[in-house]
Amino acid sequence: MKKVLNSTDQVVEEMLDGFVTAHADSVKRIPDTTVIARKDAPVSGKVGLVSGGGSGHEPAHGGYVGKGMLDAAVVGEVFTSPTPDQVLEGIKATDSGSGVLLIIKNYTGDVMNFDMAAELAEAEGITVEKVIVNDDVAVEDSTFTTGRRGIAGTVFVHKIAGAIAESGASLAEVKAAAEKVIKNVRSMGVALESCTVPAAGKPSFTLKEDEVEIGIGIHGEPGIERVPLQSANEITSTLVAKILADIDYTNSEVAVLVNGMGATPEMELFIVHRQVAKMLGEKGINIYKTWVGEYMTSLEMTGFSISLLKLDDQLKEALDGQSDAIAFRL
Amino acid sequence: MIILTVEQTIQWMKEIHKRMEVNKEQLTTLDQAIGDGDHGINMERGFAEVVDKINNTDYDTVADVLKSAAMTLTAKVGGASGPLYGTAFLKMATALQDKEVNQQNFKVAIDEALEGIKMRGKAEFGEKTMYDVWYQAAAFLDSEKVEDWQELIEACQATIEDTRALIATKGRASYLKERAIGHVDPGSMSSFYMFEALVSVLELEV
Repeated sequence: MKKVLNSTDQVVEEMLDGFVTAHADSVKRIPDTTVIARKDAPVSGKVGLVSGGGSGHEPAHGGYVGKGMLDAAVVGEVFTSPTPDQVLEGIKATDSGSGVLLIIKNYTGDVMNFDMAAELAEAEGITVEKVIVNDDVAVEDSTFTTGRRGIAGTVFVHKIAGAIAESGASLAEVKAAAEKVIKNVRSMGVALESCTVPAAGKPSFTLKEDEVEIGIGIHGEPGIERVPLQSANEITSTLVAKILADIDYTNSEVAVLVNGMGATPEMELFIVHRQVAKMLGEKGINIYKTWVGEYMTSLEMTGFSISLLKLDDQLKEALDGQSDAIAFRL
Repeated sequence: MIILTVEQTIQWMKEIHKRMEVNKEQLTTLDQAIGDGDHGINMERGFAEVVDKINNTDYDTVADVLKSAAMTLTAKVGGASGPLYGTAFLKMATALQDKEVNQQNFKVAIDEALEGIKMRGKAEFGEKTMYDVWYQAAAFLDSEKVEDWQELIEACQATIEDTRALIATKGRASYLKERAIGHVDPGSMSSFYMFEALVSVLELEV
């Protein structure tokens, strides 16, 4: 596997360096941490929004730091949750006294590390609330299991919670809005080819020449089944049908996110979106806004995911709000 | 009667590190089968940092050594293992604060660690996680007076074998459902090495 690297153990460090250098006008790095924060953080009178997770999902989450979205993103090693001390630094860097909301994707490691950070922050007198995103319909949801994973739908949580926080809402209100998004967003992905974690040096999983994994997770975790490669319309139909079966979208308006996982050309993503729009049209579901591109990648994985967010007036207004985030300017 | 001194606790951490170093590949291979394939790497790195930290610090109490280990593991291991082991050692440290480590106090410390793992990982017994091994170790310490610490190793070993047959319902292995059957849980295995290391330093209460 060919990769553009200097050294595998400096990947995250050098990426962060390059990122803040490229976007020095809008973000800063909290010294000696893996925290990327808004340049003007903490923003006085505003609830702080902190997310993060393993790296390898760029532009998530550093690309969503900016006015109207996140106040900070905490970055871990590739596909590994950041540690509690780092998350704590992110919380401290963004708390202006109005409290901090943690947006966590539902993975065992992420939840534990962010939980510990929240406990440490509370011990320092900072009010912290958290929401856990679990939009992946490929995984069975049950109180007896780890539950559904958080994937690309998380970007909508950042956008809407960000807009609500920017409007001066309280921590409880921002949390309620984030919870509403989580309740109304569903996603599912498919992989055609694996990715390779730099330090591991070999592919995370292997698919046969003509095989795809339906329901893939963003770290290459298994999905629902491996099936022979089908046409774009057929694969898209499978994903959309599973999403639509999960909550009732009848007569609703939705935001659509067709997300490339790292190595799928935009050309193909638009072919996917064409079918998504056709299917939603047939069901009488109105598309309010669409995003097609790379928003939550898995290194160089070939594949894509589809996310549908069911909207109401509050969510529409928040979705339309201004955003300066590097990867989500609006 | 004291079964674990400051010196022995330091030795315990070094013995754990030795085992993580020797079994790094094995833990990583187990994790590749049912997880994300970095458990051996993370645990070896974490305990190398722990040994480095305790080599450069002076300690007066067993609790302080355990607290150092907890903080280092939490900050350096990452993933789920960091907070889980960090919480376990922190709970032990808190339970042993200002106490000498006799069998009774040590049992309470292991019980507290077990509760910590349960709280952090939201795990129950029989879900194919490290909790199973700690649960058995705590159950073993419930027996009145330990005559031979080797029996603790045997109790943990039996649990490891039991996890092989289970479907995981917590942690990353849970996504595999029945594909996880036949594989030993990597976290159970690393916990086993910790107890094996412990037995190599513990004194018998006479």
